[in-house]
Amino acid sequence: MNVLSPLQWMFYLAALLAIVASLKVITGKNSVHSLLYLVVSLLAVAVCFYLMGAPFAAGLEVIVYAGAILVLFVFAIMMFGLGKDETLNAPKITSFRVWIGPSVIAALLLAQLVYVIDSPDIQDKLTSNVINAKQVGALLYGPYLLAVEIASFLLLAGLIAGYHFAKPTGYHDNNNSGGW
Amino acid sequence: MIEILFKLLEILLIIALLIPIAAMLVWVERRMIGIWQNRLGPNRVGPLGILQSVADLLKILGKEDWVPPFSERTVFVLAPVIGAVCVLMSFAVMPFSPTIGVSDLNIGLLFFLAMASLAVYSVVLAGWASNSKYALLGGMRAAAQTVSYEVFMGLSVMGVVLLTGSFNLREIVLAQQEGWLIETQFVGFIIFLIAGIAESHRLPFDLPEAETELTAGFHTEYSGLKFALFFLGEYLGVTLISAMSVVLFFGGWLMPEPLASWLPPLVWFILKVFFFVLFFILLRTSLPRPRFDQLLSFGWKYMLPLALLNLLVTAALKLGGVIYA
Repeated sequence: MNVLSPLQWMFYLAALLAIVASLKVITGKNSVHSLLYLVVSLLAVAVCFYLMGAPFAAGLEVIVYAGAILVLFVFAIMMFGLGKDETLNAPKITSFRVWIGPSVIAALLLAQLVYVIDSPDIQDKLTSNVINAKQVGALLYGPYLLAVEIASFLLLAGLIAGYHFAKPTGYHDNNNSGGW
Repeated sequence: MIEILFKLLEILLIIALLIPIAAMLVWVERRMIGIWQNRLGPNRVGPLGILQSVADLLKILGKEDWVPPFSERTVFVLAPVIGAVCVLMSFAVMPFSPTIGVSDLNIGLLFFLAMASLAVYSVVLAGWASNSKYALLGGMRAAAQTVSYEVFMGLSVMGVVLLTGSFNLREIVLAQQEGWLIETQFVGFIIFLIAGIAESHRLPFDLPEAETELTAGFHTEYSGLKFALFFLGEYLGVTLISAMSVVLFFGGWLMPEPLASWLPPLVWFILKVFFFVLFFILLRTSLPRPRFDQLLSFGWKYMLPLALLNLLVTAALKLGGVIYA
């Protein structure tokens, strides 16, 4: 058994934190607390990314997921006044059958994950070098340009839908001089 | 091992200097506003009133640290800490002088943006955990405002990244030896400054805590040490945005040659930062507060297109070889 280096210790600590925080997300009853654990989990994953030699991905993980998307989640929860005990509104799960589908999918993913972690090819790639922002950009706008374009189409569709929902329709909206 | 100790000492020293600076800014602000408004301001405690902050601090520490029984206790206590920690963390990537600076992180600028975006949680959670209407409204305003202005802040500094080809703040400063980036990135700087004011929710963009509408907004229920932490976060935020403007657009510690040899680089850096802090205070005294919907529509209708245009023009000019860092 070889001794772990301090960086490896940090990695496993962050990974453990991510797992524990993720568990707290799904076991918690208070939705805001769950969301906060999700933020912690994302931050821990960002640390993992950083330690694996992907600082740019780590930065984006924090800015986009923890800093923007989850803030919107919290915003929505605050707006709808949720938070106390959300299990009261949840559908009651009575039969065992509903667990079959998710369990199969989760088991498949777990098997895949174990296989990937075990394969020496991946180990080699992970420990090889640091990927900087320039390399990520060159890949995004080179080989993966089509994926970027498709993703942007998806976002455009979301934008149009959002505009459609927010568009003033009723007469009382027209009296409103402000321009939301 | 000895290197790590030195690093820890440097971190401690920077924190130990930043917190008193934030406290002193309260006095500077009140005093300068007083002078600009043709009054005296606090001038009783110590020479020129310079010990006013100490008196305020003692007073605030002596207050009862009350947690309202109707609040969500854990989150209520956590919220001010998040704010202060996030702002302090941003200083970790700040290059103060050629030799001083905690970390030369290769994604320094992204780290700053990330910490700025995490700082929202402080205000939003404070508003939610207080379990009171005013605080909740303040928190919601803060969330909308900060998430919106974050976008323009990120876009406005991309011009700088484009020209210097780096996210590393030290490299960005060193790339400005021929000339500060403000020469070509003036529009970017203006957008960054406006977004910075909105991010640190200072007047005129202090709608989350607008006292005429929301008593004290998100920190309505806070008192004592926890309130002091919010205050600390706000004044450190002002310092941070000023320091960031200096690093990104005004050459950090660099100065043109005859001036550079007069004072050490660190002093030049501090002087420049102080200039912007004063500018922030002057803005507070002179501008009225916009309405909340005006603030948001101004952001999305003017700032966003302007930031994108700035990025586009910068990229085109750089590609054409007209400008370079």
